[in-house]
Amino acid sequence: MAHRWKNDLSIADATPYAAYMNRRQIMAGAAGLIGATALGLGRATAQELVPNSWDEITSYNNYYEFGTEKQDPRRNAGRLTTSPWTIEVDGLVDNPGTYDLAELIGGLEVEERIYRFRCVEAWSMVIPWNGIELADILTRVGVQEGANYVAFETVMRPDEMPGLRYPVLDWPYREGLRLDEAMHPLTIMATGIYGRPIPNQNGAPIRLVVPWKYGFKSIKSISRITLTRDEPFASWNRANPREYGFYSNVNPEVDHPRWSQATERRVGAGLFAGRQPTLMFNGYEAEVASLYAGMDLTAYY
Amino acid sequence: MIVDLSRANAPLRRVPSSAIYVVSAFWAAWLFYLAATGGLGVEPIEALEHRYGLLALQMLIAVLAITPLRQFTGLSLLRFRRALGVSAFGFVLAHFLVWAILDVGTWDAIAADIIKRPYVTLGMAGFILLIPLALTSNDYALRRLGAIRWRRLHQLGYLATLFAAVHFIWLVKGLQFEPLIYTAILLFLLSLRLRSRKSRAA
Repeated sequence: MAHRWKNDLSIADATPYAAYMNRRQIMAGAAGLIGATALGLGRATAQELVPNSWDEITSYNNYYEFGTEKQDPRRNAGRLTTSPWTIEVDGLVDNPGTYDLAELIGGLEVEERIYRFRCVEAWSMVIPWNGIELADILTRVGVQEGANYVAFETVMRPDEMPGLRYPVLDWPYREGLRLDEAMHPLTIMATGIYGRPIPNQNGAPIRLVVPWKYGFKSIKSISRITLTRDEPFASWNRANPREYGFYSNVNPEVDHPRWSQATERRVGAGLFAGRQPTLMFNGYEAEVASLYAGMDLTAYY
Repeated sequence: MIVDLSRANAPLRRVPSSAIYVVSAFWAAWLFYLAATGGLGVEPIEALEHRYGLLALQMLIAVLAITPLRQFTGLSLLRFRRALGVSAFGFVLAHFLVWAILDVGTWDAIAADIIKRPYVTLGMAGFILLIPLALTSNDYALRRLGAIRWRRLHQLGYLATLFAAVHFIWLVKGLQFEPLIYTAILLFLLSLRLRSRKSRAA
């Protein structure tokens, strides 16, 4: 089942990172000099699929179990023990049980996927993940008739996760997908970034990546996968259903009640880069729009 | 008096209040420099916006703490209050400009945000309330208005700071403590002020 989707660009095709930054900095300097009158100038107009640097990807994270500041996860996530790692698989599956991670994913094909990543907070990155299609894992455990959703749970270890002391959310962090979303070729379980093991602050040892949805759907450090008949608990959705829908597909036309989703700040673009337009389904409209055919996306946000 | 800190008053008298302006301007410029050169992390727009906003809130609360501080400790920072208030306004202005120019960026989007986003509306209301306060923070305005009217006008500072604190609570995701702590401090200061007014009236 692997290789069902191809990157439109590989890292080798992309603008070298240094050249990209230089170009942005030149525009930034101009915008800075002109100051307030530069509204609209120095904005990156073209959408370039240039991966963010390792440092950017690993220093600016939302992982509230390690603190709510963007730098907290890098500072605090080192305490998380990721080996050994077990994942409980239960619900409507043929082979339920507590699997060692290696046992669950061993032998499955790991691919590089360069994906746009769009946070609900209106910032974005491009990340070169290494991961396995979730469909391959689900096929291995055997999805039973009647399963409609996949539920995921992040590990909950108060000794290793200082953020769990605060009731920011109803812990443990939980997320879910419709089964067809979970089986979609774009949906992967990532175990690496830039060919290196995924760092703790990014969700080690294994996390979900659903590139057409807001980042909070891509749950980190997964310790449990459950196949369910009904729509499962999803943390942000439960915390504030008006602001965070179960679907949470990236959609520039449906605003978050507190801010616009029409544009995004590209992480690493600098102080003067401004915003770039957000793409429908985060740029994966051709691949995923059919999953939602006939659905009113303003009602099922 | 709870603790007596009045001994610090004599050496403090030698510090010119203009030092507050110098330090604030330097601090604001330094943060801008850091943001432009990567010192505030990989997403400098949000970082700078939040740093200016948070400093503004902290300084506004500090301004409101000066009178209770004198009542309870004898420490008199009254002569720094104007400079602190005007500098706080400077940070509010910087916060607004970073948001409007570097973050949102277009007039349409600025207007849409102010109208459609309640937390932005509230932040803007706080900012606008502070404008007459900043404009009348000089001896000339004080003389023209007279002490009573001037003081009444400047009581808007409480409302503006309350708006700022709620603006902060409103913009974070989930239940977070930091904005609630600032609001609690502010409400505590406000209650002290109301209590002392009541005891004076009695």
